[in-house]
Amino acid sequence: MFHGQISTSVSSEGRKSHNPLSFMSNGRNPLTTVEGLYFLNICRLILLDLIVVNLLTPTLTEHIFSSLALPKSKSLFFFFFKLSNEARTPLILPSLLLQTSLSVFRLQDFSVKRRFSDFLGLHSKLASKYLHIGCIVPPAPRRALWVRVKVGKEDQSSNEFVEKRRCALERYLMRTVKHPVLLKDPDLLQFLESPELARAVSTQALSGAGLMRMMNKAADAVNKMTIRMNESDTWFEEKQQHFENLDLQLRKLHGSIESLVCHRKELSLNTCQFARSAAMLGNSEDHTALSRALSQLAEVEEKMEALHNEQANQDFSLLSELVGDYVRLLSAIKAVFEHRVKTWQKWQDTQILLQKKREAEAKLQITNKPDKLQQAKDEIKELELKVSQGERDFEQISKTIRKEVTRFEKERVKDFKETIVKYLETLLHSQQQMIKYWEAFLPEAKAIS
Amino acid sequence: GISPTAESFLDLLRSVSVDLNHDTSLLIDIPDALCERDKVKFTVHTKTTLSSFQKPDFSVPRQHEDFIWLHDTLVETEEYAGLIIPPAPPKPDFEGPREKMHKLGEGEATMTKEEYTKMKQELEAEYLAVFKKTVQVHEIFLQRLSSHPILSKDRNFQIFLEYDQDVSCKEKECKGNVWRFLQNMVKSADEFLISGVKQEKTFLLDYYSKIKDSTAKAEKMTRSHQNIAEDYIRISSTLNSISADDSTANKKHLEKLSDLFEKLRKVEGRVASDQELKLTELLRYYMRDIQAAKDLLYRRARSLADYENSNKALDKARLKGKDVPQAEENQQHCLQKFDKLSESGKKELTNFKGRRVMAFRKNLIEMAELEIKHAKNNATLLQGCIDLINNN
Repeated sequence: MFHGQISTSVSSEGRKSHNPLSFMSNGRNPLTTVEGLYFLNICRLILLDLIVVNLLTPTLTEHIFSSLALPKSKSLFFFFFKLSNEARTPLILPSLLLQTSLSVFRLQDFSVKRRFSDFLGLHSKLASKYLHIGCIVPPAPRRALWVRVKVGKEDQSSNEFVEKRRCALERYLMRTVKHPVLLKDPDLLQFLESPELARAVSTQALSGAGLMRMMNKAADAVNKMTIRMNESDTWFEEKQQHFENLDLQLRKLHGSIESLVCHRKELSLNTCQFARSAAMLGNSEDHTALSRALSQLAEVEEKMEALHNEQANQDFSLLSELVGDYVRLLSAIKAVFEHRVKTWQKWQDTQILLQKKREAEAKLQITNKPDKLQQAKDEIKELELKVSQGERDFEQISKTIRKEVTRFEKERVKDFKETIVKYLETLLHSQQQMIKYWEAFLPEAKAIS
Repeated sequence: GISPTAESFLDLLRSVSVDLNHDTSLLIDIPDALCERDKVKFTVHTKTTLSSFQKPDFSVPRQHEDFIWLHDTLVETEEYAGLIIPPAPPKPDFEGPREKMHKLGEGEATMTKEEYTKMKQELEAEYLAVFKKTVQVHEIFLQRLSSHPILSKDRNFQIFLEYDQDVSCKEKECKGNVWRFLQNMVKSADEFLISGVKQEKTFLLDYYSKIKDSTAKAEKMTRSHQNIAEDYIRISSTLNSISADDSTANKKHLEKLSDLFEKLRKVEGRVASDQELKLTELLRYYMRDIQAAKDLLYRRARSLADYENSNKALDKARLKGKDVPQAEENQQHCLQKFDKLSESGKKELTNFKGRRVMAFRKNLIEMAELEIKHAKNNATLLQGCIDLINNN
């Protein structure tokens, strides 16, 4: 099955480095390596509360490879999630698919199953590790409290729910994996490749919404503190203000879009009802040609109903979810800014403490207590180190945030542009269909005599 | 000037009712109207070559109630029992836009000035549209009368057109009479509808309920389109605010998108109003017209009942040998009336059917053409925006 060799700049230590591609670096057939089998091991256990997601992202592969410093031309890397409706419960089967230019992937189907709570667990781990150093950790999708997927029921609403969740998880994972720092995180890699994952404990508290609440509470707590930070860097002030405004506007926009979705669904429903009514009217009509025209009108309106319904779905999945995601991302950004303030605070507190200790030491100089004096000197030395560490931390987080915000804004431009164009294309398609339907109806109307 | 939505209403019910105003001996129109609070004052203008009128060219002020008086008077006239009396124009209803204006005023604080102005403009256009609609409906009513060979010569019609003193004093007493009259009709007519006129009546009853249902459903569709247009306004406005504060490449994208939504909402608004005009108004008008046709059938059924009663009375009289000539005369009179009603009724109903089919044809064609036009417009706007964003 190999058409050639793969050469990468990844270390050939194989197992030692925690790199999912490491087993491929020695040129052997992946299927025969332990890691390969490891990947091949598709768990057949069926677990409750799993959701199946489907994802194929070529853009992702490029990004991942530039992060791992692998030559792009040589390999392709897919994240592949398979949707499955088998068994009585919906399953998550995220599959890591490795495809080299050697097209090996058709034989190998690496899949791992993850529960919704696993995603939340992953996010909580990443948040706890990276938020406080200034990385914008993408928030996980919220647990929808209102719907329980009915086991075994194949109805419209549960399918829609599964699909919505799948899309949300897909977007979440994509954003996370696109982050250059997060991608290298061992927890993330384990999440992606390990066949079995320790069940995340008490994900109730770790749910996306819960975490948001925690972050917001922390942010509020900081705000309530009377000590205000002396902002020497206007960049931060401006950016914070900008994001606060943006947050308000995006929430407003989100509300309007949700209203649009609702109204378009209503339009679809009303069109359906009108179509039925027109059909009945056509039946009652005793003039033959008019009767036929009315029936045709009913048919056109039925097609319009389907168009409107589809468009409402697109309004939601493209526009509404995009804006919703960014509202949540802005919360993460807010948290990160607040952590910077906390870091500054910590540094300041340490400096104040140092000052006090110095004053105390000065007083001790006068008294004759050599032990206490030495202790004080030691403490001062310790605090001096802490202060410089605090300063470094603060500078580091400021630097990180600047980088993160720049990356965020770049991503945002791309994200918005892509999604907007996609959305407009759905609207365009919809209109083109309408033209077709009405043009087909016109001769029917003209045929009435 | 007049907003585009209002202008399209100028075409209004002329499209619904065909073959009017061909006879130039009596030309009627409503050149203007005043709206004071709840009352609308129409100026009814008549141009005539007929000698039965005192002047060749004159105008009088009339209110809605005066039209109702005229309609009810005609319905009550026994001679016209065999005719379809054109349906009375509906009462001017500004409740919808007025309520929305009120809500808009309350919600003013929650929206930007730009948004508020735009929504106010939309509402004003809606208000104007309702106003134009009601003027047209009243005008059509009079024109139906003036083009009818028999009704145009009615004395009450002439009074309505000419009398420059207040006619509304007649209103209240007539209203009561007509209502009672119709109630009686319904009661007695229903029994007789089983015999004789069943087919026509069943058809009309069935058709009436179906068309009423279709009208209601069409109204809901229009309402949804209007809601979507309003959402587009808000989205456009918020996008504008976001783009104003943006310093990245996003700014241009959002500006273009905001602009697009503003244009889309105008198209959506026209889709709504055109649907209203060509579909909903059509259905509404014929719903009322069918009611008038039904009334004709009621009257015919009643005259049949009268005839049958007169037959029974004649038999009784012959049995008793008393008042036979009166009974015979009465019977003859009833028979003649019934024959006359049946004959003119048949003619009227045939014309009615023809009118209806033609009006549906015209409006369905126009509606389809407008839907195509708007969809093409949308498609062009969308493609343009996509290209702009992609080429940036």
